[in-house]
Amino acid sequence: MATAAAEQLRESFLTGKTRPAAWREAQLRGVLRMVTEMETAICDALHADLAKPRTESYVQEVKSSCKFALKNLKKWMKPQKVSAGVLTFPSTARIAAEPLGVVLVISAWNYPFLLSVDPVIGAIAAGNAVVLKPSEIASATSTLLAELLPRFVDGSFIKVVEGGVPETTALLEQKWDKIFYTGNGKVGRIVLSLAAKHLTPVVLELGGKCPVVVDSNVDAHVAAKRIAVGKWGCNNGQACVAPDFIITTNSFAPKLVESLEKVLLKFYGKDPLQSPDLSQIVNSNHFNRLSRLMDEEMVSDKVVFGGQRDELQLKISPTLLLDVPLDSAIMKEEIFGPLLPIITADKIHESFALINSMTKPLAAYLFTKDSTLQDQFENGISAGATIINDTSIHLTNLHLPFGGVGESGMGAYHGTFSFEAFSHKKAILARCFIGETKARYPPYTPEKLKIVKGVLKGNLLAMIQAISGCARGA
Amino acid sequence: MGSVADERALGFGGLVSELREVFDSGRTKDMEWRQSQLRGLLRLLREKEEEIFDVLREDLGKHRGESFRDEAATPLVAFPATAFVLPEPLGVVLIFSCWNLPIGLVLEPLSGALAAGNAVVVKPSELAPSTAAFLAANLPKYLDSKAVKVVEGGPQVGEMLMEQRWDKVLYTGSGRVGRQIMAKAAKNLTPVALELGSKCPCIVDWLDSNRDSQVAVNRIIGAKWGTCAGQACIAIDYLLVEEEFAPILIEMLKSTLKRFFTKPEFMARILNKKHFQRLSDLLDDPKVASSVVHGGYFDAKTLTVEPTILLNPPLDSDIMNAEIFGPLLPIITVKKVEDSIAFLKPRPKPLAIYAFTRNEKLKNRIIQETSSGSVTFNDAIVQYGLDSIPFGGVGPSGFGQYHGKYSFEMFSHKKAVLKRSLLIEFMFRYPPWDDNDSKIGMLRHVFRFNYISLFLALLGLRR
Repeated sequence: MATAAAEQLRESFLTGKTRPAAWREAQLRGVLRMVTEMETAICDALHADLAKPRTESYVQEVKSSCKFALKNLKKWMKPQKVSAGVLTFPSTARIAAEPLGVVLVISAWNYPFLLSVDPVIGAIAAGNAVVLKPSEIASATSTLLAELLPRFVDGSFIKVVEGGVPETTALLEQKWDKIFYTGNGKVGRIVLSLAAKHLTPVVLELGGKCPVVVDSNVDAHVAAKRIAVGKWGCNNGQACVAPDFIITTNSFAPKLVESLEKVLLKFYGKDPLQSPDLSQIVNSNHFNRLSRLMDEEMVSDKVVFGGQRDELQLKISPTLLLDVPLDSAIMKEEIFGPLLPIITADKIHESFALINSMTKPLAAYLFTKDSTLQDQFENGISAGATIINDTSIHLTNLHLPFGGVGESGMGAYHGTFSFEAFSHKKAILARCFIGETKARYPPYTPEKLKIVKGVLKGNLLAMIQAISGCARGA
Repeated sequence: MGSVADERALGFGGLVSELREVFDSGRTKDMEWRQSQLRGLLRLLREKEEEIFDVLREDLGKHRGESFRDEAATPLVAFPATAFVLPEPLGVVLIFSCWNLPIGLVLEPLSGALAAGNAVVVKPSELAPSTAAFLAANLPKYLDSKAVKVVEGGPQVGEMLMEQRWDKVLYTGSGRVGRQIMAKAAKNLTPVALELGSKCPCIVDWLDSNRDSQVAVNRIIGAKWGTCAGQACIAIDYLLVEEEFAPILIEMLKSTLKRFFTKPEFMARILNKKHFQRLSDLLDDPKVASSVVHGGYFDAKTLTVEPTILLNPPLDSDIMNAEIFGPLLPIITVKKVEDSIAFLKPRPKPLAIYAFTRNEKLKNRIIQETSSGSVTFNDAIVQYGLDSIPFGGVGPSGFGQYHGKYSFEMFSHKKAVLKRSLLIEFMFRYPPWDDNDSKIGMLRHVFRFNYISLFLALLGLRR
């Protein structure tokens, strides 16, 4: 099935139908229509998979993505003229984007709709044929995508292949012109090693522990709100850019904890497990994993707020932990859930060393009014993104590249970066027959070498000599 | 810590940790440090020019004219000189270079890696031993030896290096080894850039004026036999010509070759016995041997092969399926020059496609209907020296691009940065990463980065 899909798409791509802007625009409008007309069905599927509140469906983001692509498509497709320099005078040089060909998008379970359709939008805008493999863990959304996409876009060029590990492996064995994978580092390595067989370039959007450094000079309430919405308001912490843990000063911690508790009460009420605004944990596997993190001996007594669980509903309430040991599992693995450890330090600068001792995250957050600290953070912490005084919002900014570095991934997308991720930037140099420089050719003489040297160093006289063919010799 | 030789015995773990420490100390991020390294490279090229020519002649029999043009000069020309914003160094990077442009393929990416603020390990090709030894002796003298290391050795050393985790690896060479590098990189999620080989075709259209034809012939010869005797990833591999034009073209090639290569030392020799044998084997097939219309003499003693032209060797022969990387030029005829496009479509995407033509329609069709790293009209090889365009392959010819600002970008992470105020609810937006934006416009933004000083310095506006 995987082989057939890949082969069929390759045949389709070779027809050249995906090249013209008109075709791409039609597909993008199809996606936009799908998202608009089927919004309810999409939200229902997301709710079935994750008990996701409507506001977290990111349907709006997908619409914006489509509209942004439609608006900019012609500009992106236009070749960019660049300076042609003196060496090849007279000549013109430009860079033109072309589709890579047939690409594979493998999406994740936590934002199963957004992380499927958003990369596909980029692939289409860039003029490729695409196979989308939605996550089988979010099965309702997977089924819906398989059913809906063919109705709204050209099925000979955009296919959905459903399935689990065997189907994904079969797909990865094929030759693609690009693979776009969102998920974890373990599978990311497998994707990269399978891609190596065909020399396929990849984009890997992976995870990490996104730290939040909170300085004592901030308004605790505002900080708490923004942290809370980025943590529990994002799939109940099951998001690659969700704040993973907080580092703050000993003195500020009590205030921060108090503000967080107040905010959480306001957001989710006295009984958060009953709140419709809290997503569930995706499955029992992850529920058990998170329970284990909480129940570890050196950690279980550090819970200062929350900790409620409902195994049947697969719900865990927002949970705060204070000063867990740094070698506990909860501080070593990416949490991907509603548990928020707060680590305290004497001075806020100590947070830098801790963050740098971990692998580079997808995002690093800092709350402070101190602009020196902000600069130090931006220059001293490497991450996919660094955000000051907020969390997670960069996701929605279509002008920022979204992607990781080191363990958190390679490559980026969103906005223009999506188009570029699925394009090859072809350099085109056009010369004509005048401006023949005999000094280039053998027989090589010292005079010719002098001219070549002069030209390459920008010596005007040498250039004139070269162009006018004044060199003695052939 | 011990010498590089000791490191080798221990698997390079110590070497990488040491470099990581250097990088983490922030030394390589400093703008002045980067400038000093780039100046060091320039000094190396200036002061050691003669020695460079010598080692290149030893390794490859390259004439100094060729050496200067392709190796010593290229980094000067491709010096990063454009603006870049939002970048941060990746950390500790590894550059593998190839034997055919052993200086250029090191110094070009090295300058990009240093400008981007990384610590670097360079592994020159062992197949160009004099050049490798030269780099090992001189790079530490002209650059910060704590942050830039040269590791010599063969495939085994390459494998050992790849066991380590790097923040980026650039490999120039064959697809076979490229796959191995990428597979090893997968274990550590190391991002790679691969500059691989391919058969670069050159379409030659009917050129009405004699003068145009001569210019085309000059440039074709320069791009085949004048470039490391055809041993270059962007050398012309074979020609596609209309059958009626082929005899005329062949005659011109023959007479011009005679005029150009008056002395044997004007053409580089074949790298080594292995490649010499490989090239000689290409003519084993009697059908291929009988298609030779010029040249064909192989001198095993001097490892030289005279410029050789073949007319229509069988399309299923090795010479038409593997990258030639040598001074043999097959000419494939087509009925109409437009048929070249259909010929190219099913074949693996090359690093470069060349076409000599005045026909604008044909040019557009080539651009639209074929795919390659780059396309150059009415010349060849010269695209390599132009730093405003990216250099790199697509499909089997590789991925990742460099030269000019792209070298800087190849070794940088484009970090998205966003700032909000706690009081006022509006965003300090970062500029759109848009190549069409005026670079000066970027300066108006509220952020302050060290990199802006770097940008100004490169523009000469600040020391």
